[in-house]
Amino acid sequence: MRSVSNGRRRTGRPALRRAAENAATQVIAVSGIAAIIILVAITAFLVINAGRAISDVGIMHMITGTDWFPTSENASYGFLPAITGSAWVTLVALIVCVPVGIAAAVFISEFAGRRTADILKSVVEFMAAVPSVVLGLLGLTLLVPNLRVWLHLETGLTALVAGIVVGIMALPTIVSISEDALHAVPNDLRQGSLALGNTRWQTVHKVVLPAASSGIFAAVMLGVGRAIGETMVVLMLAGNSGIIAGSPLESVRTMPGTIAGEMAEVVQGGEHYSVLFAMALVLFVVTFIINLVADVVLERQRRKWRR
Amino acid sequence: MKATKWVALAAALALSVAAVGCTGGTAEKTSTDAAAELTGSINVEGSDTMVNLAQAWAESFQGTNPGVMIAVKGGGSGTGIAALINGTVDFADASRQMKEEEISQAQANGVTPTEIEVAKDGIAVVVNPANGVVDLTLDQLGRIYRGEVTNWKDVGGKDAQIVLLSRDSSSGTYEYFKEEVVGKDKEYAKTAKLLASTQAIIDETKNNPNAIGYVGLGYVTADVKVVAVDGVAASAESALDGSYALSRGLYLYSNGEPTGVMKAYVDYILSAEGQKVVTDQGFVPVTK
Repeated sequence: MRSVSNGRRRTGRPALRRAAENAATQVIAVSGIAAIIILVAITAFLVINAGRAISDVGIMHMITGTDWFPTSENASYGFLPAITGSAWVTLVALIVCVPVGIAAAVFISEFAGRRTADILKSVVEFMAAVPSVVLGLLGLTLLVPNLRVWLHLETGLTALVAGIVVGIMALPTIVSISEDALHAVPNDLRQGSLALGNTRWQTVHKVVLPAASSGIFAAVMLGVGRAIGETMVVLMLAGNSGIIAGSPLESVRTMPGTIAGEMAEVVQGGEHYSVLFAMALVLFVVTFIINLVADVVLERQRRKWRR
Repeated sequence: MKATKWVALAAALALSVAAVGCTGGTAEKTSTDAAAELTGSINVEGSDTMVNLAQAWAESFQGTNPGVMIAVKGGGSGTGIAALINGTVDFADASRQMKEEEISQAQANGVTPTEIEVAKDGIAVVVNPANGVVDLTLDQLGRIYRGEVTNWKDVGGKDAQIVLLSRDSSSGTYEYFKEEVVGKDKEYAKTAKLLASTQAIIDETKNNPNAIGYVGLGYVTADVKVVAVDGVAASAESALDGSYALSRGLYLYSNGEPTGVMKAYVDYILSAEGQKVVTDQGFVPVTK
């Protein structure tokens, strides 16, 4: 702040303004810490609620169990069907969104004119705003019946269909973060490469892409995090069979889909309830690790170009 | 620009904190004179199967008693029962009876669950209209859903893999079907697809020539074919007189015997007028 030399200004308003500024700072500080508090609270909440399952069923027993019969007399709570299901959906989603996403980012950052780039960026951001239930409905009416006929499947409700739609959902994440990473590559590198006689395409794939590779990797990881946690679409499209699927052409159940589908009807505080929290804990740990890795890589790249 | 962003963020945070603070808690009940107009509010939560029915009852009851507010929420039978146990609702809708674990939880919380059967629901077994099978025995259905029979030709259809559709385990219908058809101590086939809604079962059955599924009578549409069970066609009449094998009760649970405005509501539901709503919604009335 500029020093206040004018005598008349010193009274009244500055004090008020300083108080307001102080209050605003406090509010912002609390908001900043809120994220940490909430995260810790969520972890504690999950662990407490999963406690009964962890002590009665055992965490390893759940993670390596192959049968999911939560409501039977001799209930068995194996997570493997859900873990493999989530893995298949995520794999398909990655195959769909990584090539398209990175290509889109390269186009926006390196080849498109400024106007086109601006429009594309807004459209990609808008894509992120489409509610997942809407995409789920589109998948249900367009993909499920048609893919069943085209691929001669038993049913269209498969990991493949769910993965395609989840991939489309993860696309905005990958495009915008990859685009940021490409944008952060210093222009000197591009100019140097062009000056050495490389074409624009050669510059992109030999110089710019390698330079931005860690950022792009982080984008992909964040996309994975997005895909693993997606709930509505998989609940609607994946079919939720309790099998350990050998290919993405089978119906699978996923971790988020299982939790969302079953939580409503369980006896609250009961064993099944607690097991669902244990599953949520597994999911939370997985996405947490993925996001953490992405963050570390992203931070490293940022530091690299700051110098 | 930056500043507005922060303000918006702070506002959003404040709102969400406020929202958390506001959830739960029933409004107090105003007592009613028999002669005077009914006033008060009732909170109902529970079964997704019953949510349309409960909504229709609430609208009709509020129409004749403008002083009464009835809030209806879905979420599942278990959710409704848990809310009743925690004392946050007046009535829980349930498409299954309370489990012993839940009853003891309720008693530990000082809640005495009181069961009122308010309607019946027939479960129709549906297949694709192109499927030639018109009748299955309960035993055949059981073997199909346990995964012991996997080809339509073994139950009188063409040579094709059976695509098993089921509701997910959050559904009261899932548990009912398991007890009556699959077998209490047996399991659904692992290949069964557990779909999140009745509509999803109708949609897949409509599009998939080899699918079989089960839905509440109220949800049967012209797009699917209903299969007779043990030779009896699923209908309101056959469910009511008990000749159709797959029918179950739909329940309302309250804490203790309902009194005041809550009793008036239950009386209305069990009256001829309330049971007419049951028929209109495609369910089966409990009284004639």
